[in-house]
Amino acid sequence: MVEAETIDGGFANPVFDAQSVFRAVMDAMARPGTVQPVAMLARPPAPLSPVAAAVALTLCDNDTPLWLDPSLQASPAAKSWLGFHTGAPLAGTPSDAHFALVSKPAELIALENFAQGTQEYPDRSTTLILQLDSLASGADLLLEGPGIEKMAMAAPTPLPRHFVEQWKQNRSRFPRGVDVILAAPEGVACLPRTTRIKTMEA
Amino acid sequence: MTMQATDIATYNFAYLDEQTKRMIRRAILKGIAIPGYQVPFASREMPMPYGWGTGGVQVTASIIGPGDVLKVIDQGADDTTNAVSIRAFFKKVADVAVTTETAKATIIQTRHRIPEHPLTAGQTLVYQVPIPEPLRFLEPRETETRKMHALEEYGLMHVKLYEDIARHGRIATTYAYPVKVEGRYVMDPSPTPKFDNPKMHMSPALQLFGAGREKRIYAVPPFTEVVSLDFEDHPFEVQSFDQPCALCGAHQVYLDEVILDDHGGHMFVCSDTDHCEKRREEGHAGHLAGDAFAALQHNVPGDSGKKE
Repeated sequence: MVEAETIDGGFANPVFDAQSVFRAVMDAMARPGTVQPVAMLARPPAPLSPVAAAVALTLCDNDTPLWLDPSLQASPAAKSWLGFHTGAPLAGTPSDAHFALVSKPAELIALENFAQGTQEYPDRSTTLILQLDSLASGADLLLEGPGIEKMAMAAPTPLPRHFVEQWKQNRSRFPRGVDVILAAPEGVACLPRTTRIKTMEA
Repeated sequence: MTMQATDIATYNFAYLDEQTKRMIRRAILKGIAIPGYQVPFASREMPMPYGWGTGGVQVTASIIGPGDVLKVIDQGADDTTNAVSIRAFFKKVADVAVTTETAKATIIQTRHRIPEHPLTAGQTLVYQVPIPEPLRFLEPRETETRKMHALEEYGLMHVKLYEDIARHGRIATTYAYPVKVEGRYVMDPSPTPKFDNPKMHMSPALQLFGAGREKRIYAVPPFTEVVSLDFEDHPFEVQSFDQPCALCGAHQVYLDEVILDDHGGHMFVCSDTDHCEKRREEGHAGHLAGDAFAALQHNVPGDSGKKE
């Protein structure tokens, strides 16, 4: 039986809503560390957050196997909502996923488990969408790399375990590697694989 | 969002269907994440022939929204066939505001020039690209060029530039001059004159490249290192002109040669029409501006040369 909450809560205006969310993600990817506001356009069932769900609706479809972290995997409501609105097949293993939706980043498996792309086709990698509580109240991270004029700051929280160290390894695999979209209530920020992270040594 | 249903009743907003836009949007994000790397995408048939900018049109159609202001240039000019028809296309299928002023545009689709007016953060430059693979004329096999990019094996490109020097005494490549992006991928900046290459380096604007026939999308994020390939003893140089623009008197801009009559008369004018018009409005005048130009119809002007 199809529940009402499966069908409710998609984009009211799919064309323009998807366009505005995409532009926010594109600008965030082009300018790592900047927070691009995303309107509350999607109303997904918990534990999916509205911003992460809006990003998923914008980018996922039946061409993109989607990996869900265990807490989303355990939620039939979230699974059927994503299935109904995106049509994305679920990826059995993280290395098959084009996108990964993560509701509990602090418990995330290591980044190296996801598709990294190949040296010939580095674009065949997983893009992770992490649901965060905030982009400004975590530990300060200094960001450098393409898209950043000199230096950018970000303070996302919560992050996967040993994230700075994991990211350094991800960076060293360039051009292979994963890209991360951070989805918090205030909007999205991105960490493309080119971004270098330094922690603030106080 | 209110759209007049009668205006675009038969098409989705911006012509492409939503699944196609998602596919192109995913390719754009990968392109931004791997600067200079050519992301394959499932290029669609567009209502214009390949070679008329179908790659750029698909990229623009996938990013454009109702709030955008679009400028389209063809060799710097807003008023030539390709620019006029692509601008009319987006006016029709996306009902967006269009402009010819560089500073007012949020998206600038370009065929082979970068505007003279400095671009700013928040602007997106969309290039129409005919041949995205800089190594294609050196190695025709895609399997091989892909491997060369994978292994960062760009010796062949340097040999090509060296052969230029051996034959001509200088690097003779003047357009589609290869660049290295962020110290990793060698990229074709599309057939822009090499004059524009320095503008790509650390540009505050996002640069997206679409090649429709060749089915590739690539990107240069803002504030990214874009270095033209050269040699220590033959450093990269841009074209210089020994005359200013004949209409607006601008120096340090890229000039087009315009033939005036059948006696060998010609003049050099700004290739960027918007830049030239703006300067003339501000009161700048070149030696053929206004009345001088009319008088010229009866005279053969002196020689004005361009040197590489």
